[in-house]
Amino acid sequence: MSTTEKHITLPEGSIEKTTTKINLGPTHPATHGVFQNILELDGEKIVSAEQTIGYVHRAIEKIAERRPLYQITPLTDRLNYCSSPINNMGWHLTCEKLLGVQTPKRVDYLRVIIMELARIADHLICNSIVGVDAGAYTGFLYLMQYRELIYEIWEQVCGARLTTNIGRIGGFERNFNNIAWEKLDKFLAEYPKALKEFENLFVRNRIFMERTIGAGPISAERALNYGFTGPNLRAAGVDYDVRVHTPYCSYQDFEFNVPTGTTGDCYDRFLVREEEMWESLKIIEQAYRKVQEFKGAEAEVFHADVPEYYLPEKKDVYTKMEALIYHFKIIMGEVDMPPGEVYHAVEGANGELGFYLISDGGRSPYRMHIRRPCFIYYQAYEELVKGSMLSDAIIVMSSLNLIAGEMDG
Amino acid sequence: MALSNEYIKQKLQATFGEDVYGFEEPYGMLTFETKPELNLKLMRFLFDEPALGFQFLTDLTAVHYPAYQGRELAVVYHLHNLVENCRIRFKVFVPIVKPDVFSATKIFEAANWLEREAYDFYGVNFVGHPNLIRIQNVDEMDYFPLRKEYPLEDQTRIDKDDEMFGRGGTFDFGNRHPDGSPMTIPAAEKAE
Repeated sequence: MSTTEKHITLPEGSIEKTTTKINLGPTHPATHGVFQNILELDGEKIVSAEQTIGYVHRAIEKIAERRPLYQITPLTDRLNYCSSPINNMGWHLTCEKLLGVQTPKRVDYLRVIIMELARIADHLICNSIVGVDAGAYTGFLYLMQYRELIYEIWEQVCGARLTTNIGRIGGFERNFNNIAWEKLDKFLAEYPKALKEFENLFVRNRIFMERTIGAGPISAERALNYGFTGPNLRAAGVDYDVRVHTPYCSYQDFEFNVPTGTTGDCYDRFLVREEEMWESLKIIEQAYRKVQEFKGAEAEVFHADVPEYYLPEKKDVYTKMEALIYHFKIIMGEVDMPPGEVYHAVEGANGELGFYLISDGGRSPYRMHIRRPCFIYYQAYEELVKGSMLSDAIIVMSSLNLIAGEMDG
Repeated sequence: MALSNEYIKQKLQATFGEDVYGFEEPYGMLTFETKPELNLKLMRFLFDEPALGFQFLTDLTAVHYPAYQGRELAVVYHLHNLVENCRIRFKVFVPIVKPDVFSATKIFEAANWLEREAYDFYGVNFVGHPNLIRIQNVDEMDYFPLRKEYPLEDQTRIDKDDEMFGRGGTFDFGNRHPDGSPMTIPAAEKAE
């Protein structure tokens, strides 16, 4: 077209302005097969969004009303399956609070190691998936071997990798063995270098910054009103952390920082998770040192001495009469809980994970409710993506770290 | 000054008098009850009053107590003052035939989905909620599945002893058959 030619301008109103509705998910790869987003688009711009969930709802709360405490344990692993030990510990800590069980220090430190490994595993997945959704697959591939290593540590402690079922009321089923410690050594030696490399790949990467800075921001005030917790709240600038505010498992014995962001956008959420992994490494190292300080009989302690609640070890069940009796009584749910109601929160990898338990003195909870952080985040999704581009919708979703199993409960 | 349970209790009683009652402290958390028509007023007071500042809704859920005549459904709120790091819990009880509770969505955005969930599972009607539809279950469902009248196992089975498999507590909130007999099988009637 030569410069002398004029552009044709259509009269106002001659083309009707329309919006398009599309379903982003539930079969889109980034929506895990279970989140449906009905997006109203004007061109590529999102005008409104409607989220629907419930595709994997399993009625865990209802099932729990018919089960003794130990039979609820496997259900909790299936909530946030990226960091199942934290869910698991959260449940057992709630039971311990209700039953009045005190755990020895060594058990607390071992739990801290497991929970912080779980936090790293969760953040590692989340951050590398944010990379994948921005088009960078490399980081995901590089870090995956370290998640594998964490799984191997869990495998040594409990025999399972994903749905670990790692905890018991009062402690663990078995002690950490030498292979677990060796693998933890390996992890502590190698992971910082890999994490540094991962950071080099993303943090100052022009494309990644363009994709994430300013995408899905939320102010501290709105985040609080929405009930945000965990990294997503901290990215908005509020330094609330359950581990610091209401310490459980002797978290008060450790020194660590609570990283915060400022704008609450995808980039800040990424950085906060990145920083948290460094802090978790610090905590694990401290806990490791503390565990090694125990000498003699104390160095073998891995559960509280509460035979009426603690599920005995298998080798004892096969060889000792008392252990067999207790095993039977606990598994059949013959041990009554005291009546009462209790709410206990732990800092899940994703935010405050709370268990609200009402007991009527029977063998299973009268009512069990789980405060799932993902469920709370996802309702803010419309506000986060409104007015942004379609491509941002994906990255906002992954940076919120939505886990379907936890959301649907 | 750290916010103590005693102080919160005094503050509430000074403002609401007899309308807040049933104070308890299970496991250290202040728990109390209020009238269903006052839930919003109370929440607004807890939110706005500078000395209290409960501006974070941690959790909202419902519980069904079939034996509590006229107050079968409980809506339980967990609030948190993040600055003082103090948590409280309060409940309102409503009759199952008219389970109307004012919606807290005007105060907390977080209440939106939590109330939809409580509606979905227990049928609590949150008056003023912008979009009170089912969230986890299918839209066509015409009952509220977490209520106690929908037990997980067939309750007519007598080959299974309820006491051995889950339910059957010593303090059963009065959950009994219409004739007053307990829902658990008495020891004398158990099969050999």
